[in-house]
Amino acid sequence: MITLIDFYADWCPPCQMMGPVLEEVERELNGEIEFRKVNVDEERDLAQKFMVMGIPTFVIMKDGQELDRRSGAIPKEEFKKWIKGYLERE
Amino acid sequence: MEKAIIIGAGPAGLTAAIYLSRDGFNPLVITGAEPGGQLMFTTKVENYPGFDQGIKGPELMRSVIRQAQRFGARLVNEEVEGVEFLDGPPFKIKTGQRVYEAQGVIVATGSKPRLLGLESEKRLLGRGVSVCAVCDGAFFKNKKVAVVGGGDSAMEEALVLSRFAAKIYLIHRRDEFRASKVMVDRALSSEKIEVVYNSEVKEVLGDNQVAGVRIFNNKTRVESTLGVSGVFLALGRIPATDIFKGQLEMDEKGYLLVRQGRQSSVPGVFVAGDVGDCRYRQAVVAAGQGCMSALELERFLKES
Repeated sequence: MITLIDFYADWCPPCQMMGPVLEEVERELNGEIEFRKVNVDEERDLAQKFMVMGIPTFVIMKDGQELDRRSGAIPKEEFKKWIKGYLERE
Repeated sequence: MEKAIIIGAGPAGLTAAIYLSRDGFNPLVITGAEPGGQLMFTTKVENYPGFDQGIKGPELMRSVIRQAQRFGARLVNEEVEGVEFLDGPPFKIKTGQRVYEAQGVIVATGSKPRLLGLESEKRLLGRGVSVCAVCDGAFFKNKKVAVVGGGDSAMEEALVLSRFAAKIYLIHRRDEFRASKVMVDRALSSEKIEVVYNSEVKEVLGDNQVAGVRIFNNKTRVESTLGVSGVFLALGRIPATDIFKGQLEMDEKGYLLVRQGRQSSVPGVFVAGDVGDCRYRQAVVAAGQGCMSALELERFLKES
């Protein structure tokens, strides 16, 4: 199972823009991957462990290994395609 | 085929969408990655009419989005990759997913941050390279960072960062700033901010995260390295017109040329907002131009 971690904060504009995108993609992928939201204000240690230095940052994980990451606002379909690319390699 | 497609969803594009949808033209808005536009990145807006106590930029833009949707404007969160306007109508607009066709188009793509154009900068974006101090400043608590630029936005970024970082190098390629005196004075009065004049960033260093910058002093011709863990780019903004090259006429800086009635160099394609405005760059101007281009587009569709 692939996990997508979304490092975000409530006050970050591109994070807010990605909010609805994430919700839609999560619904459309319908349980094919696990979504995990990490509020960097609340889970500072985890953000640090992942060396997050900008938000939003999206990390694709499998079996505890990081496969890829991207930062900043991404258009919905491109975002979905990026995630699906890793699903198809499964 | 669509009647009207609007590319961009800032104040210009969304105002056009409000007019076109109220008038029954059922517009499609291709928003790109940042619906709401630049105002989404601001705090309080105090000069937009109608809000006597000011309003937060994101709040204003979310309200404008809802206003457009209320009358039936459809928003799709896709990025335009290319257009074919010259043989239109129909005008063709290609996103990563599909090709749209429209009888009329409003271009309201706005601007985007200017980058240095280095491979290393692109690779380390989100790994220490940032174009948004408000978003990312907090990750650099007690660290050394660099701000690159010499305008008001560079001063502002440096000041935002001075709340977090231990030290800020303000790297500027000239020996004086373009920024307004009040902003320069404010920045220079901070003990944390050190100005590095006459210097150009040649490379951002680091494999997985930023470790420093290599700079070249264009007076002394000496290259040196600054150890920093963050690089904030504040080089101003450029019009987002890459996708229109060879299709729409633009000036040497890349701004779209606008004729009488908000028309671009192609009849049926109209221009609104910062993408064709290097002079005012105000939300209220963009909104006004959005309205104008919508009315012109309606007239064009009725006459054709």
